[in-house]
Amino acid sequence: MDASSLSPVLDPILARWGRTPDRLLQVLREAQDATGWLSPELLAATARSLGLPLAHVRGVASFYSFLALEPAGEYRVLLSDGVTDRMDGSLELGERLCRRLWAEPDHTAGDGLVSVRRTSCTGLCDQGPAALVNGIAIPRLDGRVVDAIADLILARRPLDTWPVDLFSIPTNVRREDVLLRHGLSPGVAIAAALARNGAAPAGMIAELRASGLRGRGGAGYPTGNKWASCEAAPGESRYIVCNADEGEPGTFKDRVLLAREADLVFEGMTLAGHAVGATRGLLYLRGEYRYLLDSLEATLARRRAAGLLGATAGGGPAFDVEIHVGAGAYICGEETALLESLEGKRGIPRNRPPYPVTHGYLGRPTVVDNVETLCAAALIAVHGAVAWRRLGTTQSSGTKLLSVAGDCTRRGVYEFPFGVTVREVLEAAGADDPIAVQVGGPSGTLIDCAEFERHLSFEDLPTGGAFTVFGRGRDLFEVARQHVHFFAHESCGFCTPCRVGTSMLASVMDKIHDGHGSRHELAELDRLTSVLGNGAHCGLGHTAMNPVRDTITRFAPSYERRLASADFAPAFDLDAALAPARRMTGRDDPASHLGDAS
Amino acid sequence: MTVPARPRVRLATTSLAGCFGCHMSLLDIDEKLLPLLELVEFDRSPLTDIKHCGPCDIGLIEGGVCNAENVHVLREFRANCRVLIALGACAITGGLPAQRNHLDLGLCLQEVYLTEPSLSRGGIPNDPELPLPLDKVHPLHEIVRVDYYIPGCPPSAEAIWQVLTDLIAGRLPQLPERLVRYD
Amino acid sequence: MLDGAPVPFEPGQTVLQAALAADRYIPHLCYHPEFRPHGSCKLCTASVGGRLVATCTTPAEAGLVVDSETPQLRDVRRTLVQMLFAEGNHFCPSCEKSGNCQLQAQGSDLGVTTAGFRHLYPDRPIDASHPDAWIDFNRCVLCELCVRASDEVDGKHVFALAGRGLTKHLIVNAPSNRLGDTTFAASDEAMQVCPVGAILPKRVGFAVPIGSRRYDQRPVSAQALDDAPRPAGRSP
Repeated sequence: MDASSLSPVLDPILARWGRTPDRLLQVLREAQDATGWLSPELLAATARSLGLPLAHVRGVASFYSFLALEPAGEYRVLLSDGVTDRMDGSLELGERLCRRLWAEPDHTAGDGLVSVRRTSCTGLCDQGPAALVNGIAIPRLDGRVVDAIADLILARRPLDTWPVDLFSIPTNVRREDVLLRHGLSPGVAIAAALARNGAAPAGMIAELRASGLRGRGGAGYPTGNKWASCEAAPGESRYIVCNADEGEPGTFKDRVLLAREADLVFEGMTLAGHAVGATRGLLYLRGEYRYLLDSLEATLARRRAAGLLGATAGGGPAFDVEIHVGAGAYICGEETALLESLEGKRGIPRNRPPYPVTHGYLGRPTVVDNVETLCAAALIAVHGAVAWRRLGTTQSSGTKLLSVAGDCTRRGVYEFPFGVTVREVLEAAGADDPIAVQVGGPSGTLIDCAEFERHLSFEDLPTGGAFTVFGRGRDLFEVARQHVHFFAHESCGFCTPCRVGTSMLASVMDKIHDGHGSRHELAELDRLTSVLGNGAHCGLGHTAMNPVRDTITRFAPSYERRLASADFAPAFDLDAALAPARRMTGRDDPASHLGDAS
Repeated sequence: MTVPARPRVRLATTSLAGCFGCHMSLLDIDEKLLPLLELVEFDRSPLTDIKHCGPCDIGLIEGGVCNAENVHVLREFRANCRVLIALGACAITGGLPAQRNHLDLGLCLQEVYLTEPSLSRGGIPNDPELPLPLDKVHPLHEIVRVDYYIPGCPPSAEAIWQVLTDLIAGRLPQLPERLVRYD
Repeated sequence: MLDGAPVPFEPGQTVLQAALAADRYIPHLCYHPEFRPHGSCKLCTASVGGRLVATCTTPAEAGLVVDSETPQLRDVRRTLVQMLFAEGNHFCPSCEKSGNCQLQAQGSDLGVTTAGFRHLYPDRPIDASHPDAWIDFNRCVLCELCVRASDEVDGKHVFALAGRGLTKHLIVNAPSNRLGDTTFAASDEAMQVCPVGAILPKRVGFAVPIGSRRYDQRPVSAQALDDAPRPAGRSP
């Protein structure tokens, strides 16, 4: 495609995004939606139009795994490769799909029809295995669905004519508490917050502080303090950012909130804007949740029409929301990487300090809050701190949404007051014979059955919401190995310890898996733990060891039974390393082979 | 009370995919060679022409692992030497021989023995006496456990002397900054 | 307080800058006094107020307690240098930068005798398209000093990073991705600032013999203190 034929594609996209460099990622994403991939000509035209160096544009495009710098096929199938997807048979289904399509995994078919690749957990763990086709989610894959997808692709049926039930994603809410049964009409929480702001100088922020609400993304920073710091920070303009980049494998409760409670989310953003003096909000939607974009935009339009957004948002000061969509990068869930991504850059976590509350989006004071946190803030605006504090524990007030998946009969979203025991959740979810639960995803804590009386709370077991159940027969070494590969794949590559360390970690786990492990490898795991935990730039690196740390302490036999008896073994098969030379020389005599060390 | 005389330390040395430069450096110990010889006796080594390594206290290996014979020799050293030392850049990083690691071995052999007219004489050698090359060249520590490393291309005589005398004296070898060289 | 002794600082200085100005060394690689601190190599990691952080990006504050020369931190730094050696193809015996290379100098100073890890032996073709300079990507440690220099000093934006994780790599600003097709000039600051042998001038080979080079004379820990900017009137 030459530059002139690109104009009709690129111009409307650039116009929509205002031709500013900080919208680069959004422009690239939409351009790819329109053309299937990001050709060198398209990158060059984008760079010219936005006044950016081409190398910068290529740097950004190559950072995000959903952006394709080579032709990726008319139909781009990404199979969700989360732990629960695999438990539900995703690998076999992937092979079946490839067979049916005559496709080779990870390659674009010669005729340009289709490519089949794997992607990190897509947040459909309660209804997996899942896939994304041209960015749109399809849950509950089984042999029948896979065959249907293959037939539709082979028949070249446009995606928007595929049967709608393929794309139907129920919310699977299993237990409601105050948040999920809030019953609030749009505007009520904003009005309540405005009333609080009018009644006392510190108003809504004071109420939040009194409520003890802590961030629901996992880190648990007191939300009231965050808002107060942002409000107090010097600056002309402020921003509210909703972190809807729910990427932790095993987590999907934000998806449910965005699908079912979008009004409450925007309500929370708006009253946050009023509280800190921000007039603009940005919602960063995980690329995997692209299918929610239209309904979210529709909600925004409805709210604008109802006067809940715009010049006088809900009767208060001006506020409006813009949605950015991610493009396949777990690291962007880290708040400063998310800000970089919102500014159209590579998602590299920033150095801190300064913190986002003083230097956030475009260097301005910014509140970055999780989806659930903003919903909870809206609830607190209406019902007050005292009501909120009635639920939960001393240091963990209120309720928590849990994404329950894995080996249990009732997967889905559960809202429990903080302080609930692991056992209570397991019983509610119908987990018959659990041996372990991963609380908070791979970067959280994996506990075994001796710890099921522990409490979900910041005091004991903090969680961003993932609750993945492993039943008898599950191999926890394999779970850890898969998660370690996840971190290596998602490492942004900025700092040495994480860029190299996560890959080293994956290769040590592979070596143990392949039966070449020894005590030497266990010592290597220790060494890598130390350098990742002590040297990494951000939370991804700091926690990348957690799956190994937790399984090696609790499920040591799953490692030990894989160790070779020798005190050291090479990572590879020495005899296989001679195979190319045997082939070239035609030799097969005994001297042309290498056995084990004797 | 008398301290019993310590038996001499048995030392084996060999070069795998190396250039014997590290061995030259060993000989460069010069006038210290005589006191060293009072402390050690050589087992298998290019200096003795002993063909197989027997039980030893220390094994010194230069060169990377590039073929099947290298693997056999390395395993023999590891099995017989209480302490195994990787000597020089090639033993530690693969070094010069490992510069072929980004090339496909089959294509290399084809280019050298079949395609290139100035070199090809009767096809790829397939005599069973010849050791087969591995697809990649490896440093020693990727094939066996290695206890100590003396870097350098070659390591200085002083660095070799330092590590050997430390080990013989029962000290943990510690090379000062100026002796840790990679070139 | 650095390792038990007080260190003065000026507002705006980071812990590493304050330490170097006060003639106290903390190992570092991606930090350069003339550029915005970056914090990616993590060699300068130290315990600051009980937390392990990169000192090159951590602002100095009154009362901060910093511990740097601890066995644990020496281990971490040694492992980081080993990781860099294993990640690229660092064949020192054939490298023109040998003896002037900061990665090498850090290795010597920290007593690194082996990469220890399995070498990754990546396949990274060199770029010799420019008339006066060439890039050997095998030796790139991704410190981004050339990116920063080209952006901040040269104003040319010749370099950028692409990919992520272990596939992260240096690219140049030309559709062909060849240095010869960029505005790069051998006089650029980006040329001078490379701490390793990745960006090198052409037609200069071993003009200074091995053994007489920068880190052949003095270890990097001493050189870095000589180079550190100091407030007027204070001598090392």
